[in-house]
Amino acid sequence: MGSSIATLIAQRIALGVLLLLAVSVLIFAGTQILPGDVAQSILGNQATPEALANLRKELGLNDPAIVRYFAWLGGVLTGDLGTALTTRQDIATTLLPRLWNTLFLAFWAAVVSVPLAIILGLLAVRYRNGPIDKAISGFALASTSLPEFFVGYLLIFFVAVKLQWFPSISTVYDGMPLLSKLQAIVLPATVLVLVVLAHMMRMTRAAILNVMQSAYIETAELKGLSAFDIIRKHAFPNAIAPIVNVVMLNLAFLVVGVVVVEVIFVYPGLGQYLVDHVAKRDVPVVQAVGLIFAAVYISLNIIADITAILANPRLRHPK
Amino acid sequence: MSQELKYLSRHVAAGKLSRRDFLGRAAALGVTASFANTLLSSAARAAGPQKGGILKAGMQGGEATNSLDPASFLSQVPFTFGKSWGEYLVALTPAGGLENRIAEEIGASDDAKVWTFKIRDGVEFHNGKTVTADDVLATLERHSNEDSKSGALGIMKGIESMKVDGKDVVVTLKEANADLPYLMADYHLIIQPNGGKDEPDAGISAGPYKVTVNEPGVRHGGERFANYWQGDRMGFADQIEIIVINDATARTSALQGGQVHLINRVEPKIVDLVKRVPGVTIRNVSGRGHYVFIMHCNTAPFDNADLRMALKYAMNREDMVEKILRGYGSVGNDFPINGAYPLFSDDIEQRPYDPDKAAFHFKKSGHDGPVLLRTSDVAFPGAVDAAQLYQQSCAKAGITIDVKREPGDGYWSEVWNKQPFSTSYWGGRPTQDQMYSTAYLSSADWNDTRFFREDFDKLIIAARAELDEAKRKAMYRDAALMVRDDGGLILPMFNDFIDASTDKVDGWEPHPAAEMMDGYALAKCWLTA
Repeated sequence: MGSSIATLIAQRIALGVLLLLAVSVLIFAGTQILPGDVAQSILGNQATPEALANLRKELGLNDPAIVRYFAWLGGVLTGDLGTALTTRQDIATTLLPRLWNTLFLAFWAAVVSVPLAIILGLLAVRYRNGPIDKAISGFALASTSLPEFFVGYLLIFFVAVKLQWFPSISTVYDGMPLLSKLQAIVLPATVLVLVVLAHMMRMTRAAILNVMQSAYIETAELKGLSAFDIIRKHAFPNAIAPIVNVVMLNLAFLVVGVVVVEVIFVYPGLGQYLVDHVAKRDVPVVQAVGLIFAAVYISLNIIADITAILANPRLRHPK
Repeated sequence: MSQELKYLSRHVAAGKLSRRDFLGRAAALGVTASFANTLLSSAARAAGPQKGGILKAGMQGGEATNSLDPASFLSQVPFTFGKSWGEYLVALTPAGGLENRIAEEIGASDDAKVWTFKIRDGVEFHNGKTVTADDVLATLERHSNEDSKSGALGIMKGIESMKVDGKDVVVTLKEANADLPYLMADYHLIIQPNGGKDEPDAGISAGPYKVTVNEPGVRHGGERFANYWQGDRMGFADQIEIIVINDATARTSALQGGQVHLINRVEPKIVDLVKRVPGVTIRNVSGRGHYVFIMHCNTAPFDNADLRMALKYAMNREDMVEKILRGYGSVGNDFPINGAYPLFSDDIEQRPYDPDKAAFHFKKSGHDGPVLLRTSDVAFPGAVDAAQLYQQSCAKAGITIDVKREPGDGYWSEVWNKQPFSTSYWGGRPTQDQMYSTAYLSSADWNDTRFFREDFDKLIIAARAELDEAKRKAMYRDAALMVRDDGGLILPMFNDFIDASTDKVDGWEPHPAAEMMDGYALAKCWLTA
């Protein structure tokens, strides 16, 4: 029994690694078909043909793509992400603080949004089709339907400019006290919470409602359990798999999909870093960030899968 | 009137009258707000700068890919930060002249081929070393090295040899160039210890601020360099900081919220809104930058002079300035020079919008069918709208323009200077010669209109060596007419630089060379108490 779970988990992880390799090929191929080349993009509008030729030679852009791919993959496997073509700095040292910032923002947004979404979902189920359910669903859907830049600008206008409660720009840096950091990210974190809340809340509500149709819930009702106890003891544990799935998807979004929020609030995260380097065709950095994003996505999905398997014994015995 | 205004402005500087009251009085005297503001800042300057505080700018034009190596500078944030920590041989003055900085004296041979820069004594680098002629020579060498990727490589190509002679750096040119000192004001040419050959991105020079924070694409910071050689002229704030804010709305709200004191690139669309915000002053100055529609003179159908003329007459310039620049700019006349340049001839007839003449030339050209114009949001702010306006003004002349919107990503490598008809922009250059040499000589790397005329090339090269100003001015007039009447350039408008500051900032002087006071805003402004 235990060993079969271990095998399952090992299988999932192996699959994930394989997927990651496939993604690395895709990322590499994708960066190759971008129009323009690195040298032109680095030097931009001001490029002279001599400068271009010199830079191309120096960057090794004249080697065939396959050679460059395997050289890069070898580096990544040995923990060397390479140097950025544009700044000549080691990618790992510039990328890690950005990754840390992104995770910091995602973490706090998740800390607020996940429990909130689940509690609101439970409340909505408890008072389903009543005014509380309608209010919760309405609010959550409205906040999701508004584009995040719009919510961001609204918050900036009212909370930052008019009331001046929180700063409108969220620049954080090393050595900033935790409390100032938290104060700086209040607005972007709020926007992110509003964006991901509805998806998770609605999924929680739907999953639990689904379970609530089951015969054993009726039994529980008939034996006189209170509505909350039924949800807590009988419905929620059986609905956990879809909930975890949607939570993980949203966590992944919080890490990889927040470029717009980063730009609006001037937050030094990984998204803006990636966009800057795509614009400059800084292929090694784009590949490294792409790989990190893919790894985050894949590992969060593995966690969701494993949780689902653990929560539902039926999945442990595939027919 | 001016006596009373000056009296009042001194009162403001002395704190006896509020800025708002002053502007009210000025308006009552029939003075425009911008002139009144100029008066005010000169009065403040006279009252003396104040030291202290952290002066912060929120700026567009910074990327995670920026480096402190001056050779790599391209966008606005490295440019402005560079002017804060870097020191140059010379600098441009707001009036268009030159100010000697590390170069104490500049001498030329009679034929303008050999130039001597005497290096000033007692200028200190941030690392404690003294600036020597060898450092200057090494800097110039690094930027003129063929292997270098310096943005200044193009202007260094005219140098034949350089050497150090005592305290002098002697530069010998391949061909005479009366403008050489102006070229040395190029923003890439920051003087570095040993020319930056050892460590190009160390961020060490002899400017008013020492680099303390360098997080490309996020923020840059500096603290006042105690041994700056000209501490009474620059470096008033204790610390400076540039926060990269590429989003226009975020930039404006950061200024409103007081998180930054200065911002660049206020969009013309929202200038009038920003102007109404209490405590915010718009700092606009007409410069040399311009927005262009460029045709390749050697590519069909644009190799036909009549078609080019038709497309020039079909441009409604006033409409462009009003709708695209919201009045923050001036009309162009199809040559890349305006009154901001020295030796400008203001008697060249303005080309009007004339659909009849456009139709006449279009018919004469024998061209049939639509003309394809490529554009993109990145060409200049409002470029797509401008292309559509142009489409309409052309339609009135019976010319059909097909506007093709290209992705911004890759525009500079795939469309500009490759496709025969596109939109683009040019920043100005310090001199007329440099503007023409950069983009209109047959041999120019960025001859983006494919303008090949031998007589034009000869004229520009002759003007370069001409030391008699009157003759030179006449030569540039002829050159302007050649580009205007025969070239592939449609130049509808010169754009203003539009920055903004809060009322905590003083010492602002409009500078036509570039935005943010030619990049010196952080170095030269100060915070009022």
